[in-house]
Amino acid sequence: MLETRLTLKAEDIDSMVQGYQVHRDVYTSNEVYQLEMRHLFANTWVFVGHESQTPKQGDYFTTQIGNQPVIQVRHTDNGVKVLHNRCPHKGTKIALDREGNTGKFFRCPYHAWSFKTDGCLLAIPLKNGYEGTGLDKNENSKGMKAVGAVKNYRGFIFARLAKEGIDFEEFFLDSLSSIDNMVDRSPAGKLEVAGPPLRYMHKCNWKMLVENQTDTCHPMVAHESSAGTAKKIWKKLGSPKPQPPAMQIIAPFMSPYAFFEDMGIRTWPNGHGHTGVNHSIHSDYSAIPGYFEAMSKAYGESRAKSILDENRHNTIYFPSIMVKGPIQQLRNFIPLSPDKTLVESYIYRLIDAPDELLARTAMYNRMINAPTSIVGHDDLEMYERAQEGLMSDGIEWVNLQRLYPGKEEDFSKEAVENGTTERQMRNQFDAWRRFMTTTMPQSTVSAIEAAE
Amino acid sequence: MSDISKDDLIDFIYAEARMLDEGHYDDWLKLWIPDGHYWMPLDYKQDDPLFVTSLMYEDMFMLKLRVERLNGARTFSQKPKSRCHHVIQRPFVDKLDNKEGHYVTNTSMHYVETRLDEQFLLALTATHELKRIKGSLRIANKRVDLLNSDAAFGNIQLLP
Ligand SMILES: [Fe+2]
Repeated sequence: MLETRLTLKAEDIDSMVQGYQVHRDVYTSNEVYQLEMRHLFANTWVFVGHESQTPKQGDYFTTQIGNQPVIQVRHTDNGVKVLHNRCPHKGTKIALDREGNTGKFFRCPYHAWSFKTDGCLLAIPLKNGYEGTGLDKNENSKGMKAVGAVKNYRGFIFARLAKEGIDFEEFFLDSLSSIDNMVDRSPAGKLEVAGPPLRYMHKCNWKMLVENQTDTCHPMVAHESSAGTAKKIWKKLGSPKPQPPAMQIIAPFMSPYAFFEDMGIRTWPNGHGHTGVNHSIHSDYSAIPGYFEAMSKAYGESRAKSILDENRHNTIYFPSIMVKGPIQQLRNFIPLSPDKTLVESYIYRLIDAPDELLARTAMYNRMINAPTSIVGHDDLEMYERAQEGLMSDGIEWVNLQRLYPGKEEDFSKEAVENGTTERQMRNQFDAWRRFMTTTMPQSTVSAIEAAE
Repeated sequence: MSDISKDDLIDFIYAEARMLDEGHYDDWLKLWIPDGHYWMPLDYKQDDPLFVTSLMYEDMFMLKLRVERLNGARTFSQKPKSRCHHVIQRPFVDKLDNKEGHYVTNTSMHYVETRLDEQFLLALTATHELKRIKGSLRIANKRVDLLNSDAAFGNIQLLP
């Protein structure tokens, strides 16, 4: 119904992305946001949760795919299902808690319609009241709606809302190597979620956060206040060794431009990419006793070494998550409106690895990604002031031209480039444009042209 | 060495809140023993500071960094500066052990922080573990439990 009120057509979306620049409407327009939820977040594979959040049959947790409320639940066949969190009767959310166990079936808290954990309708109280009404011909009688498709990739649950669309493997291609590396870092090849995520609200468009994950020219500027000050204090204390944890984690943000240039950026088709091809700010974390031994025992020494030598920094799984393999962290950027984004930052325990690794990961999460984190404060200030600045009519285009080749780029092949390129941001907008428009109507003019 | 009284403990908690409100961070840092930690759990009734995420679990280096950053020339999130305000209830004294020089207080507070046109309120309970060092009270550990610790927040830049 809403669609009839949305006036933008596919060619309007196309015209907002012009190689090295994007129109500010992509960040500020409510209609663009509505279209993103309806098309981009329906046509792509979006992260839902980790299977360890729902380990036993009947375990569920509630979250959102874009603006869509969903439930991740462990079905009686042990598979993980993703259902729309909406009673087919009058719309009440079926699961109200953030997490819980529902047993063998869900029961709506409003009128007690009940459903199996794959969504199928089980029973309606006083059902004879619907006899002869034709209810059985409506989709409302079929039960809770499942999302279009679900994939459990090494414990990470992704969903595609649309029934038809690109396959999981075809969408992510070799970018899955970053999740592989994160999971392989467990001697058992298994991760487990460690506690609830940090929840950090940003009054800015979700794409600003996603772009910032591969923005390697901002740390030494925006984070001078935290990382620069950390270095200063440490020197004043006489450069004590071992360095305090804050120095190991925060100070590398002050690395010089050359460090980030040499780090490299890899892009994959469909908007995925990562920083830290050759090295990263996570390369010099001190080794943890017993860890390499456990890895060697599990994988053999040379394979263990090659797993741990990979030090990818941030991997973007387009559209809306970032994964840090070396520290087992995942950040989920959930768009709530054009100018409001909820960031949930999860950490995972490497099964059979020493606990010190988890302690460092938890420390990283609170030092960098908490609403109380000084590094987080630096970043949020930039995003929110950008959201305000973009309202200026002085200039309408946002520039993404750093290391642009000067002609149209080919994003259909993997590429490795200088670590300060903005190619990954352009790659995201290439995918954004394509997955937005595949299911959008063309304007009537071009439809007529196409017919001729 | 003179004993610490219940009033001494209560005065100490009030004085600390005033230092934070007035931004006297150098004095505030001097209240701490060197291996103290400021802990703000993420989960309601969380009992583990290390192996799950917290909002804060900070040693003296981090706290020093945190307050020094507030005055940095390029600390853009503090242009303009935030201000804060504590309204505190009379602390409960849960432990008063003058033999060991060890004390625990439990204080309910309303904490308000503001910057630009935004202002927010946090209801919280602060648990102070205090020690008597050379006759005066020092903070050994401070735990701050936000009533809504599991809610999504924007920036919390100063110290509840
Ligand atoms: Fe940043």
